[in-house]
Amino acid sequence: MSVTPSTEFFIPKLKTDIIISMLAKGLRPNGRRIDELRPITIIKDYIPNADGSALVKLGNTQVLVGIKLELGAPFSDTPNEGNLMVNAEFMPTASPVFEPGPPDENAIELSRVIDRGIRESRAVDLSKLAIVPGRKVWNIWVDIYVLDHDGNLVDASSIGTLAALMLTKLPYVEVRDSGEVIIDRNSKKEPLPLNNAVTTVTIGKISNYLIVDPDLEEESLLDSKLTVIITEDGLIAGLQKSGAGYLVEEELSNIINIALSKGKEMISTVKNFIKEY
Amino acid sequence: MKLIDGDLRHDGRKLDELRPVTMSVGILKNANGSALVEYGKTKVVAAVYGPREPQTKYMLLPNRAVIRCRYHMASFSTHDRKSPTLSRREIELSKVIREALEPVVMSELYPRTSIDIFIEVVNADGGTRTASITAASLALADAGIPMKDLVAGVAVGKVNGYLVLDIDEVEDMYGEADMPVAIAPSLRQITLLQLNGILTPSEFTQALELAKKGIEVIYEIQRETLKKKYLGVKVED
Repeated sequence: MSVTPSTEFFIPKLKTDIIISMLAKGLRPNGRRIDELRPITIIKDYIPNADGSALVKLGNTQVLVGIKLELGAPFSDTPNEGNLMVNAEFMPTASPVFEPGPPDENAIELSRVIDRGIRESRAVDLSKLAIVPGRKVWNIWVDIYVLDHDGNLVDASSIGTLAALMLTKLPYVEVRDSGEVIIDRNSKKEPLPLNNAVTTVTIGKISNYLIVDPDLEEESLLDSKLTVIITEDGLIAGLQKSGAGYLVEEELSNIINIALSKGKEMISTVKNFIKEY
Repeated sequence: MKLIDGDLRHDGRKLDELRPVTMSVGILKNANGSALVEYGKTKVVAAVYGPREPQTKYMLLPNRAVIRCRYHMASFSTHDRKSPTLSRREIELSKVIREALEPVVMSELYPRTSIDIFIEVVNADGGTRTASITAASLALADAGIPMKDLVAGVAVGKVNGYLVLDIDEVEDMYGEADMPVAIAPSLRQITLLQLNGILTPSEFTQALELAKKGIEVIYEIQRETLKKKYLGVKVED
């Protein structure tokens, strides 16, 4: 059951008023412009045992994404395609309000939004992941671990997921005449076939002001936020309004335009990190 | 799969046509408020209990009522039997439905209480979350909980390249996009917006227009349904 959450971090009314009056002038308490992302850092192949991984820092938010490939059976409606599973864990390391236990509604929502973006944009070419069509396919497990929470976990996770997918290598497989499938994880490795790059851009609304990439302090003041999933070629591959507030129509075109330009910026940042060694 | 032939959809509807919408309120004796909403073959029951003292007190808030919301699909509501335990999808939808209703419920009038919304999808044929929001907001009104507006929802889809109103399950499954929208029409507040699928920015603008058109019709039926029950009620001296 979903229950109205209590405010996680109380911000004094005086401070709230100051922040809103700053926003009216286009300023933010953290010194960023209203459409400015925090600095992104990506550490590639952070987990040697994973088939693809990245540690992402978006400002002080840290998210670790690891990808594991396993042999599995296809679903009956897609016998010639691999499967993709996205899971998110909000670690108790990340925030004083995160408790150990199974993913809560926020973690489930986050993983489903990331999943939606990859699936709908066909970012991963699942049709190339059948090993024995109809019988054996690759299962791609994307696991998102939030290590430190300073706001905007969705975008940090989607940057991490994109980076980890781009870094994933398919283990070598051999199908014997008997039908037996042999996996050799040591002699790799084709890169995971990707069609498209996709990311989320989350835009928060405080009073009537829109801000990109809200940090934790800003998040606790948000009325609502809209996560826009953007593909490399400028399409909208998903939307998710979140939070107890509302949006008005006039804000939406503005949000979409900001998301289109920021999404491009994020994808090219990720690509630059992946390119340079 | 070809789902649009000429100007007509697979079930004979026009592109901007809703399925037959029916609503009734006060369908349950025990709940403080209740509603049944049907969008074609999609059938949703919503019940509201509260404001009341909840079983567990730790989640109470000192300045307002908490809203608790559960969206649940009956095991027989789908083609294959659905496990009655809450799926990840149902957990996400419980959250977005609660958040779609939060802006209109005047929860600040009932501190330290809980307003509980229980939604049972008894038959699913697409558009269950938006029908749930329509039903839940009727049930809240039926429970006499002060609200700033009703919320009405509808899903717009993209099917065979066309934007269509109020998609059913087949159109959702074989279409290119599904965009559920909920709006509090008098306040002009968009309280739910999701998109599963691909749209260009201009298609998105058109899809939102289409959703607004459908929501106006559904909102009018909501108001008529409440009037039908309550306009005849006489206040005793």
